[in-house]
Amino acid sequence: MSSKYRLDYLDQLESESIHIFREVAGQFEKPALLFSGGKDSITLVHLALKAFRPGKFPFPLVHIDTGHNFQEALDFRDRLADLIGEKLIVRKVEDTIKAKGLTEPKGKFASRNALQTFTLLDTIEEFGFDCCIGGARRDEEKARAKERIFSVRDEFGQWNPKLQRPELWNIYNGKIHKGENVRVFPISNWTELDIWNYIRREKIDLPSIYFSHEREVLEYQGQLVATSEFIQLEENDKVSIKKVRYRTVGDMTCTAAVESNAGNIDDIINEIIATKTSERGETRIDDKVSEAAMEDRKKNGYF
Amino acid sequence: MDILRFITAGSVDDGKSTLIGRLLYDSKSIMIDQLEAIEKQSKNKEEGEIDLALLTDGLRAEREQGITIDVAYKYFSTPQRKFIIADAPGHIQYTRNMVTGASNSDLIVILIDARNGVVEQTRRHSIIASLLNIPHVIVAVNKMDLVNYSQDVYNNIVIDYSKVATSLGLKDVQYIPLSALTGENVVEVSGNFSWYDGKSLLEILERVEVQNDVDLEKARFSVQYVIRPQTEALHDYRGYAGRISSGIYKKGDEVIILPLGLESKIKAIESGGKEVQEAFAPQSIVLHLEDDIDISRGDMIVLKDHLPQVEQEFEVLLNWMDKKPLREGNKYLLQINSKVVKSIVKEMEYAIDVNTLEKKYSPEEALLNDVVKATIKTASPITFDKYETLRTNGGAILIDETSFVTVGACMIQ
Repeated sequence: MSSKYRLDYLDQLESESIHIFREVAGQFEKPALLFSGGKDSITLVHLALKAFRPGKFPFPLVHIDTGHNFQEALDFRDRLADLIGEKLIVRKVEDTIKAKGLTEPKGKFASRNALQTFTLLDTIEEFGFDCCIGGARRDEEKARAKERIFSVRDEFGQWNPKLQRPELWNIYNGKIHKGENVRVFPISNWTELDIWNYIRREKIDLPSIYFSHEREVLEYQGQLVATSEFIQLEENDKVSIKKVRYRTVGDMTCTAAVESNAGNIDDIINEIIATKTSERGETRIDDKVSEAAMEDRKKNGYF
Repeated sequence: MDILRFITAGSVDDGKSTLIGRLLYDSKSIMIDQLEAIEKQSKNKEEGEIDLALLTDGLRAEREQGITIDVAYKYFSTPQRKFIIADAPGHIQYTRNMVTGASNSDLIVILIDARNGVVEQTRRHSIIASLLNIPHVIVAVNKMDLVNYSQDVYNNIVIDYSKVATSLGLKDVQYIPLSALTGENVVEVSGNFSWYDGKSLLEILERVEVQNDVDLEKARFSVQYVIRPQTEALHDYRGYAGRISSGIYKKGDEVIILPLGLESKIKAIESGGKEVQEAFAPQSIVLHLEDDIDISRGDMIVLKDHLPQVEQEFEVLLNWMDKKPLREGNKYLLQINSKVVKSIVKEMEYAIDVNTLEKKYSPEEALLNDVVKATIKTASPITFDKYETLRTNGGAILIDETSFVTVGACMIQ
């Protein structure tokens, strides 16, 4: 057969993701798309547009706001939801902390990452979501490398890595009991570089913090953390203004910036090809706690 | 650039994890922080050198026991290709996990320890490769450094294995001698193999032709979702969303909707929101038909030539994946593509020993990991092809009606 019937690798990945999105639409009563304003969830939205337009999304966008987010990401989130005319639901960790009397974590980089899970589970219950679509990728982390595309969670949102359903061919089994919930990861098979190449090809807009900008940062154990009201500065801390960009966008308390002059996508892709550090290793302060940090969080309901 | 999905099966003893670690390491897909992390763990384990195997085992239980329990997916690319590795366990008690990893693979790398030659496990993995109809096989004879790079040892293994391959009908089989531990012949061909004039493992992986594995003749499109905006401007819009699993569809093509048997014509094809003249596997598209037909999720839209089968009763090879045994008369939900129907396992003709291929007739039950030939009857007709002729429309899963767990993988015969 002639080569005109060949799909480029990005087209293959795109088609697989669209297929997964449509399986969600076909199998679940009340799905939701977890949307943070980061590049992976922005890519999810782009793929969902391809999967469902000219129809509406069969799910709302849901953001679990820790209160520690970058303002640029929040603004982008609101603008995008507005632009595509889809429903956005925001639930705040702050409110869960107050309502449930949760204890705020302490320390220099007090992260609400773990508390996010409480708000997520409450939100799932509030709306009766039976499926949450997330932008996790298997290349990010070794526990994620093990997770199915349709990942069943029990009533408490817990992942049981030893009892995963076999997932064969392109057949996805999303059948669950009431109260259970499935996390679906349409971009499981994409790598960081695939995402960037796709963003370049599709000309997808991103929040400005992904591109080089000047920012006041604290140098801490080799990582650059943006100064903010959420971080406790001490006397000997080294604070300076640097040209940085973000490789991932999480909370201000647990996401580090990288020094960079890359002001456009081409430059960013060149830097990622040349880099010797992984995405999470370079930018996530929360993964370094133990070898099994992510596995443990997932077992507790984290997405 | 395209994608190659391959599976490596084996236990840590065969050097499977070391081989994957080596491919990732030598193709520079491992980052410094990940290396630091495994260096730390290697020290925890009181071993001198970096243990590349630690790169692949992702769960605490796996690291503790030094075995692979479930499939992990690993990624790397070269300028030619993106690779997706399904790193699967090789022990017999995890056969179902290997089947899971094999179901999506274009190629299998079967590892043979040069000191041991073709053993029970080699046969089992080859049998699974043939059951799942993996199109390409690479036999990697590993640990050649431990047999002084002996050409005789290698040749004897090739002769032994080719008998296995012939008896199983494995088609595209290539052989390579290597050492995952030293990295010889993994990415670069080593001078220690003066008698080997083939390519390195990575070069073979880069060159295997997978495009022809996509069947472009038998057009199959399973409807996943119906897009109906129901707005004023798009009042009559009715698009059938799905993925072409095989074949080519063109505007104006005459189609049949199965299992209903109704006929229509393609009015328009949309891909990524744009109208196109034609589309092909494995694209996700939206189809519009000339006639207003009640089509729902799970229905299949096909072209008139090369029709699939539409039956209510058929034979399958079935890999049982649940702790509760399978017995004749048990009822399950059967899912093929996006179609789910009630079904009953009517009869089990024989069980296959996955180590020897021996058949045991009229088994009373199938236990976890067993492979049996069975007859299944569904509550309504399903549209399928024989797994052997069209892998993308011949595989189905069985789902327990009360626990909703996936309990079986069926290859329709």
